Amino acid sequence: MNPLAGVTVHLLMLLALPPLLPGVIGRVKAWMAGRAGPPLVQPYRDLFRLLRKGAVYSRTVTWVFVAGPAVALASTFLAGLLLPLASGRAPMAFDGDLVLFAYLLGLGRFFTMAAALDTGSSFEGMGASREAAFSALAEPALFLALAALAMTTGRLSLSGILGGLDALPAAVPAILLSVAALGAVLLVENARIPIDDPATHLELTMVHEVMVLDHSGPDLAVIEYASAMKLFITSALLAAVAAPGLAGHPLGLAVGALVVAGTVGLVESVTARLRLPRVKQFLVGASALGAVALAAAVFTRGAA
Amino acid sequence: MSLVAAALSLGAVGAFFAALLRGRPAGGTAGFLGGLAACAIGAGAGFLLLVRNETSGAVIPWSSPFGALTFGIDPLSSFFLICIYVVGGLSLLYGRGYFPRARAGAAFAWMNVLVAAMAVVVIARDAVTFLVGWEVMFAASWLLVTFDDDEEARAAGFTYLVASQAGVILILILFGLLARHSGGVRFAAFAAAGAPPGVLASICFATALAGFATKAGLWPLHGWLPQAHPAAPSPVSALLSGVMIKMGIYGLLRTLTFLGPPPAAWGLALLVVGGLSALGGVLLALAQHDLKRLLAYHSVENVGIIALGIGIGMLGQATHAPRVAWAGYAGALLHTLNHGLFKGLLFQAAGAVGQSVGSRDLEKLGGLSRRMPATAVLFLVGAVAISGLPPLNGFVSEWLVYLAALREGTLAAQKGVAAAAILVVPLLALVGGLAAACFVKVFGVAFLGEPRTPAAAAARDAARPMRVAMALGAAACVAIGIAPAAALRLVAGPAAALSGTPLADADPALGALRNVSLGAALLLLVTLGLLAARRALLRRREVGAAPTWDCGYVQTTPRMQYTASSFAAPILEPFEGLLSLHARREGPEGYFPMHARDERHLEDPGEAIVRRMLRAVALVLSPLRALQRGPVQLYLLYVFLTLLALLLWQVPS
Repeated sequence: MNPLAGVTVHLLMLLALPPLLPGVIGRVKAWMAGRAGPPLVQPYRDLFRLLRKGAVYSRTVTWVFVAGPAVALASTFLAGLLLPLASGRAPMAFDGDLVLFAYLLGLGRFFTMAAALDTGSSFEGMGASREAAFSALAEPALFLALAALAMTTGRLSLSGILGGLDALPAAVPAILLSVAALGAVLLVENARIPIDDPATHLELTMVHEVMVLDHSGPDLAVIEYASAMKLFITSALLAAVAAPGLAGHPLGLAVGALVVAGTVGLVESVTARLRLPRVKQFLVGASALGAVALAAAVFTRGAA
Repeated sequence: MSLVAAALSLGAVGAFFAALLRGRPAGGTAGFLGGLAACAIGAGAGFLLLVRNETSGAVIPWSSPFGALTFGIDPLSSFFLICIYVVGGLSLLYGRGYFPRARAGAAFAWMNVLVAAMAVVVIARDAVTFLVGWEVMFAASWLLVTFDDDEEARAAGFTYLVASQAGVILILILFGLLARHSGGVRFAAFAAAGAPPGVLASICFATALAGFATKAGLWPLHGWLPQAHPAAPSPVSALLSGVMIKMGIYGLLRTLTFLGPPPAAWGLALLVVGGLSALGGVLLALAQHDLKRLLAYHSVENVGIIALGIGIGMLGQATHAPRVAWAGYAGALLHTLNHGLFKGLLFQAAGAVGQSVGSRDLEKLGGLSRRMPATAVLFLVGAVAISGLPPLNGFVSEWLVYLAALREGTLAAQKGVAAAAILVVPLLALVGGLAAACFVKVFGVAFLGEPRTPAAAAARDAARPMRVAMALGAAACVAIGIAPAAALRLVAGPAAALSGTPLADADPALGALRNVSLGAALLLLVTLGLLAARRALLRRREVGAAPTWDCGYVQTTPRMQYTASSFAAPILEPFEGLLSLHARREGPEGYFPMHARDERHLEDPGEAIVRRMLRAVALVLSPLRALQRGPVQLYLLYVFLTLLALLLWQVPS
């Protein structure tokens, strides 16, 4: 594929596919519960409906509230440009880009939390505080897993790592453990059960959803779209690590991401949300998995 | 060299007239103008010398016991000169708006002396000149810490005095050891003598680390920092946290050039110290409610990140990986400059808040974004930068440290070194996540929402010189974030000199930085595009205004907003085992509860360690108290006996 076509396919995937993933999750959950469930394209319809609406703003808020969704979407989109979706080399790939990837997601989170605090609502502040606590603990798990993968492949860019994962039999333990850690990070980053229940109906029990209570209309559409995109890129990353060789194959990765979404739906169907104090144990457990992955990577390095 | 001399003398002249005319507006003006001119020339000279990669020196003959005063400038000195004069100039500009006219003269006088003394420290080329500069720097900063003569400042001043002098003793021992080994006090002699043999080199390194870590504020020797920096007036806090603590970093780096190629163990030692500082600093910062104290703890964190960078650089040298060493040192140096810029900015914004509201307690602020719009935006820039998030400068320097750690981890042959280096990566990630959480807390609680007190509701934006100084600092943060390759040229020279790499070998990171810069520009463009699209979408639609959704409760008050302590509580909870938390709770009781309280105090475990050390020292030295009796005659006797002893010792030979 020539570079221009590669970038076009990459952008198409990154921009068009994300809302499909929440649709798949919803469908799988409905199916597990014996219901018919909403059509797969329901999230697209929701987005367009929200985009057509007006908006209501709190009298307390400032420009930070408006900037929050825009920064969240822009940073998630940029993080998506660092993954090798359509070809073996992402549109932006360089040594150490995995740091930029994680920090871009961090930037989006920073502004989402600031926008929540901008409303002056006690509930939204509580959501922001929980999000900050969980994400700070998820960060080492993510970096431990990525460092383990960098260690096994000897490459420092996401494209290099994901492309170099195949045919390394000695690295299998490290890769499997990294997959487990990344899976846990995916659940945290995207506010899924057992960390957070996106369908909960009580403000007091929400984490991510409560932060966006006051957003409406196009702002809410941007937020929903950004979280779908985040789900897509984290799922694609997980799929590319779990099935080495998928990186750079658009169709394979798209299917892989959908399979990850289906798995998330399965997990959500069979587990209950954890109590808040348990969430931290879950996250420390994810970091422990990442640490073991890293240890395995250090010890098997050079063996393959 | 002559330009730097001009900057030094201008600063001295400014300080002299400011001190002479103190108490009168003219004194403030004289000190301000002299200092600003000095800073402009000094920063310019630093840039020029660095771009030309120039080395120069000067010797002033003096009949002191240790000979002439020696000065010299190399890329490392030039780089630190830039840090000193840029942050110094911004602090002076800010101080112009901050200090009341009557007190400005005295403040500017000492600020000028402080800036000049720091410049002397980085261009000194013999131990005596270095120590003179170091002690003048301490004296000037001590006078500025105790400038607001209140209880807080006095207590802080005393702690600072003890900590600083303890550090100086260690530095004296270090120079003594080096002078004994090399047979001279000039730095050139130290370097020419080569690494001290065997274990002596490690003793020198440990002494240097302990002595300079006290100044730099590395955990657990940081105890003075969170006391002294908040006690000082805000322009001074910016100067102290922004550059003065970096003199400790400079001292350490300069000492490393005397000790030859470092063994891996030294690098590991710095990684441990840096890691503890970074994590301890950010956790303790999260627990603070006082805006300036919180920022001071973040200085401990950031100095820890700088130490991590230096540690990785040393590991790179030890494992003969020049690219690792270069990236580590470059990251550490760039973070030194970056931290000066954003910490200066944040302290200045905190000062503006304190001056306008009359309180630095986060729980008494709120809603300042509407009342102090300029300060709020500038504080947000500083907050994003210090959290290490793209597209600002903090990300660039942290990224370099990450890159060095990843390279060392994947390249190093010894598994132990590789594991230690790679562990820096998740550690930095955790620290970064916690720092972001902390600054969301600060920005959200202080500037967003509704004002929690009438004083916060009546706040006004800062005076013009203060806003200009903050805007310049913020602009520098954005510029370095968007064009990091240009900023990297500033640190390329000194990093190459420290790591012993020729410049040409150090380039691969520059290509990657072009990507970072592209990403930053794209990020800004996409964000602005989205905002424009939103505006276009909403133009012809109904846009309503309503109170914040109250979740079905009625009559919410500003006091019911989420507080800084509540925000930080769940984040700190998993770390309670590491910190000593004293909690006192009284729950509501009975059918008609009248009161309930929940108090938490976090004690700094580092301070407990230092207190135990001091107690041990006091125990050993307590027999000497018998010498202190009081009568003057007794002291005269001591003087006489000492003289006699010296004569008896010297005369026979």
